[in-house]
Amino acid sequence: MEKKQRIGVYICHCGGNISDYVDVSQIKDIVKGLDGVVVAKNVMFACADSNQKEMVNDIVDQKLDGIVVASCSPKLHLHTFRNVAIRAGLNPYNYTQVNIREQCSWAHSDTPSEASEKAAGLILAGINRVSHSEALENIEVSSTRAAVVIGAGVSGMRAAIGLSQMGNQVYLIEKEYKPGGHIARWGEMFMDGKTGDEIISALLTKVKSDKNITLFTNAGIGKVSGSLGNFDVEVRISDEILNLKVGAILVTTGYDHYQPAIGEYGYGELSNVITLPEFRELLNNCGDTLNYQNKKVNSIAFIYCVGMRQTKGENKYCSRVCCTTAIHSSLLVHNKFKSVLVYHLYRDIRTYGKQEVLYEQSSKNGDIYLKFDEKIPPKVSNSKHRLLIQVKDELTRKQDLELETDLVVLVTGLVPGKDTAELAGKLKIPVGNDKFFNEIHPKLRPVETVINGVFIGGSCQGPKNITESVQSAMAATVKINALTKNPTIQLEPVIARVNFDTCVWCGKCAEVCEYDAVHPLEMYGKTVASVNEAVCKGCGICAPVCPNDAIDIAQYSNAEIEGMIDGFSEKVELKESAESEDEQSAVTGAEMKDQPQLWLRISASLQKESKTIPALVKELDVPANVLTYHLMTMNKYSLVEADGMDDSDEYYYYRLKNIQHDQN
Amino acid sequence: MGNQHTRPRILVFSTDKISDPGIDQAGLRKIHYSPSVYVISLPCSSGIKPRWIMHAFNQGFDGVFIAADGHECSYSSKCPEYTNMIIEESQRLMKEANISPKRIRMAAICSVCAEPFASHMANFTRILAELE
Ligand SMILES: Cc1cc2nc3c(=O)[nH]c(=O)nc-3n(C[C@H](O)[C@H](O)[C@H](O)COP(=O)(O)OP(=O)(O)OC[C@H]3O[C@@H](n4cnc5c(N)ncnc54)[C@H](O)[C@@H]3O)c2cc1C
Ligand code: SF4
Ligand code: SF4
Ligand code: SF4
Repeated sequence: MEKKQRIGVYICHCGGNISDYVDVSQIKDIVKGLDGVVVAKNVMFACADSNQKEMVNDIVDQKLDGIVVASCSPKLHLHTFRNVAIRAGLNPYNYTQVNIREQCSWAHSDTPSEASEKAAGLILAGINRVSHSEALENIEVSSTRAAVVIGAGVSGMRAAIGLSQMGNQVYLIEKEYKPGGHIARWGEMFMDGKTGDEIISALLTKVKSDKNITLFTNAGIGKVSGSLGNFDVEVRISDEILNLKVGAILVTTGYDHYQPAIGEYGYGELSNVITLPEFRELLNNCGDTLNYQNKKVNSIAFIYCVGMRQTKGENKYCSRVCCTTAIHSSLLVHNKFKSVLVYHLYRDIRTYGKQEVLYEQSSKNGDIYLKFDEKIPPKVSNSKHRLLIQVKDELTRKQDLELETDLVVLVTGLVPGKDTAELAGKLKIPVGNDKFFNEIHPKLRPVETVINGVFIGGSCQGPKNITESVQSAMAATVKINALTKNPTIQLEPVIARVNFDTCVWCGKCAEVCEYDAVHPLEMYGKTVASVNEAVCKGCGICAPVCPNDAIDIAQYSNAEIEGMIDGFSEKVELKESAESEDEQSAVTGAEMKDQPQLWLRISASLQKESKTIPALVKELDVPANVLTYHLMTMNKYSLVEADGMDDSDEYYYYRLKNIQHDQN
Repeated sequence: MGNQHTRPRILVFSTDKISDPGIDQAGLRKIHYSPSVYVISLPCSSGIKPRWIMHAFNQGFDGVFIAADGHECSYSSKCPEYTNMIIEESQRLMKEANISPKRIRMAAICSVCAEPFASHMANFTRILAELE
């Protein structure tokens, strides 16, 4: 492939975040002389709209065939600059972002001269990469405006209603005869005081009356094939098999309760030891007296973290919701039966956010909290007609205490639903170390899985209370709708490609591909490997196994990666101090930073109306880069904000933030 | 300036969803590591070709570090296994070229592993310096 000949390189000051440590001006001078580079500029803020506009002009006027922006992490602005390319008619994949901030100026702020050398290497690598880059087209797939939601608990039902309201056909699949999941049996729920039954009944009424939603109960998922936009999902209801075509799949199959082993704190051996879910059913169904096995309960001990946070066992994680559910249960006891004495034998209390109020209320009720160590758990045994509990209390000088209670409630945590592994296999979605379904990233992509079009929500992802469950399920509905709302979906072309000349169909790539994306194809009288674009995840696992080096991933070709390595290795001679001066570097640091007057002038000017950068430059008579620097800094400190684009769609208007014009 | 190659040069292969954010975070928090560390990010460490590793050595890199997702890899549960196979194949090629197998290392680096990344770099830099 021909190397790019007309590359534009933009090296960003990022205010001073980069240029305080990296000699951006010298690097620009070095880059300027390189073969194939026709534009090299320092910019104060690459992301500022004024610079984006300038880039668009450069691309068009100079007929650039590739651009490099050396600035912050691509995690922040990859799409910003891809869009610049698109606006200028350049293929967005002929753009490369080089991270000289997070991975250079900031990481090496202790050694500025070496940071400059490294930045130069990184930028040369970026230029090499872009010069080998290919113009790629997004993959376009058609989409069905319908979704399957698996599991009709509170998360699944709420999500189904949400999806329907956004205009999707929804098939809600519940394996039990009765939808609703766990909460319907447990009476009042925190934090809003409604009963589980009320919450579920209200949702179910809506689900049943919604003509876009079809609810299948006693149903399960069979074979799943196809991909984003066009999944074929088999639904099994008794002996019947139904085939559905949907654009996306949402998994909301919830959790199961940890089941204590026989003998664990006396469970299964001592009759008055029960689990928290069992206790909640007891409490919900009892009348005016709290009886267990026909005996009045005057005292209860909750033992926390049962089956959870095990240093040695299976479940290493904290199940997050059980502390609050136990404390909330003790409040429910007190509300109905004031005289019952409650002990809480805990390891740590995790009542985060507003749930802390419940903890405080329980302490005010006179509940007794005793902290034990995992290594010395409480012992439960029979004592005449009650239970004897021996516990070493960490908070009262590790005293050995003995309590007698009528009932011991084991605060069992939430564990993955028992169908998780099977469903994970059918949908090809991963589970995490905790064996719950795994999202791509807990913060950045919290409801997406590696399989495009398959989403997870609610407590099947890990222990969550109702609010958190519904929030995550609703987040998934929005993601799904964004995919299904258009008749076609654009996918980033990070996919495997086969060189048909060198492939000899040995099948090794197909063997390692876990997504079944590679199949043999007859071509020019021989068999070669062919990749299904809609299914390939672009993981690249197939590439190193090919004996003929006949398969690679778009954007990660040998030429691109080895070109980067060459760029890192090029020797650059940087002088100790920058001698090169140009219109950008002529602006001294002092001029940039010590301009409090200019902030006041900008503020005064924006008092009356919103203005664009060119308008402010003209009015205040300061160089554009100085004004941009200060305006962006004011933006960073939330003094100003963008206020829409101008008529020509070129510049943002800026306005002062939070000014109240009329104060009565 | 001009003090290139005084510190061992390390090429890091990171993963763009999991370990690269961890490396970014080291910078964000100004946790310093050797400026002779260069990062290339890929979708998955199981996609690294041994020829790229050899290319790095031929271009004067002193060590190659694979910042993998380990068991957190969202593509394949066998990722650690595959990455290991790539390392083994590379070490075979390195042996042929008379390069010490100690010049390649792998560790799981996740999106919050800022300190672990910096300490891996310090450690590897020291090991490579001793090899010289
Ligand atoms: C004792 C206790 C008390 C609690 N109290 C509160 C409280 O007061 N307030 C609060 O906010 N939270 C509380 N919680 C947490 C609450 O239970 C969860 O947040 C909530 O149940 C999560 O809902 P979900 O829909 O995600 O899962 P679930 O309620 O588990 O529902 C999942 C649904 O999916 C179905 N399903 C599973 N597998 C399949 C399959 N393969 N195919 C089809 N369908 C399937 C199940 O049958 C079920 O209907 C409590 C938890 C416990 C243990
Ligand atoms: S939420 Fe509380 S009871 Fe549950 S595992 Fe965590 S610390 Fe233990
Ligand atoms: S491993 Fe290489 S040669 Fe073998 S089938 Fe795949 S692409 Fe063709
Ligand atoms: S890149 Fe991954 S998903 Fe695509 S064909 Fe190769 S192994 Fe399969």
